[in-house]
Amino acid sequence: MSFVFYILATLTLAGALAAVMLKNTVHCALALTVAFAGLALLFLNLDAQFAGFAQILVYIGAVAILVVFAILLTKGSETPKDGVFSRTWLAGLAIAAAVFAVLGWAVLNSAWALPHETAVPEVTVKQIGDALVGRYVLPLEIVAVLLTAAMIGAVIVAMHEKERTK
Amino acid sequence: MSPLAGFLIVAALLFSIGLAGALTRRNAILVLIGIELMLNAANLNLIAFWRYGPHPEALTGMMFAIFSIAVAAAEAAVGLGLVIQIHRHAHTTDIDAMNRMKG
Repeated sequence: MSFVFYILATLTLAGALAAVMLKNTVHCALALTVAFAGLALLFLNLDAQFAGFAQILVYIGAVAILVVFAILLTKGSETPKDGVFSRTWLAGLAIAAAVFAVLGWAVLNSAWALPHETAVPEVTVKQIGDALVGRYVLPLEIVAVLLTAAMIGAVIVAMHEKERTK
Repeated sequence: MSPLAGFLIVAALLFSIGLAGALTRRNAILVLIGIELMLNAANLNLIAFWRYGPHPEALTGMMFAIFSIAVAAAEAAVGLGLVIQIHRHAHTTDIDAMNRMKG
C-alpha cells in the first residue's frame, strides 16, 4: 500500500463524511465535490486515466453543479429547526454499520483469494474507443437512448407545475 | 494487506457512509448525495478489480464503470428534477414531511 493511496483514501472518506454530516446543505455539496475529486484521483492512481477524467467531467463538472442548483432552487440551504437528521437516524446508522461490518468481514476473509496482478495495464484512449464502438456498441446505444430519455424526462418533470399554474 | 483489499475496504467505507447519509438525512437532496456516493463506491470496486484482475486488456471493469457513470448522471438529473418539482408542490424537501402520495 503506497503512501499516496492513504492520502487519497483519507481525502475521499473525509469529503464523503463531511458531505453527509454537515448541517448547511451548500457545505455538503462542496464536501461532495471534494469526495468526487478524491475518487477521480483514486481512479488515476489505479492507472484508469479515462475513467478518472470521465469522473472529473461528469461528477465535478455536471452532477455537483446540478446538486448546487437544486439546493439553491429549493431553499435547501436553510437549516430546518428540528435538525438535519431524521427521527429514525439511529436505525439508519445501525444498518449502515452492519453493512460495513459484513463487507469488511468479507473482504478481510477473502484477502488471500483476491487477484493481485502487478503489471500496469497499458490502455490507450484509442483502445477504449475501439471497444466502445466494437464489442460494447449495444450498451453504448442503450446509454445514449437512456441519456436522451432522462434529459427529456427531467425537463418535463421540472417544467410541469409552471405550465399548470399559468 | 494487498492493494486490492485496501481499495475494497475504502469502497466499503464509502458505500456505508453513503448508505448512512441516505438513511439518516431529512433533506431529499442529501439522500440523493448519499446514493451518488454509493454508486461511486461501486465504481471504485469495478476499477480496482479491473486494475488488479487477470485480464485488464479486455477492459470489462473499465467499461462497466464508464457506463455506470453515465447511468448515474441520468439518475442525478431525473432525481434532482423530481426534488425540485416536489418542492414546488409541497414547499418542502423534508422527507419526513412527505407522508402521502396524493397531492
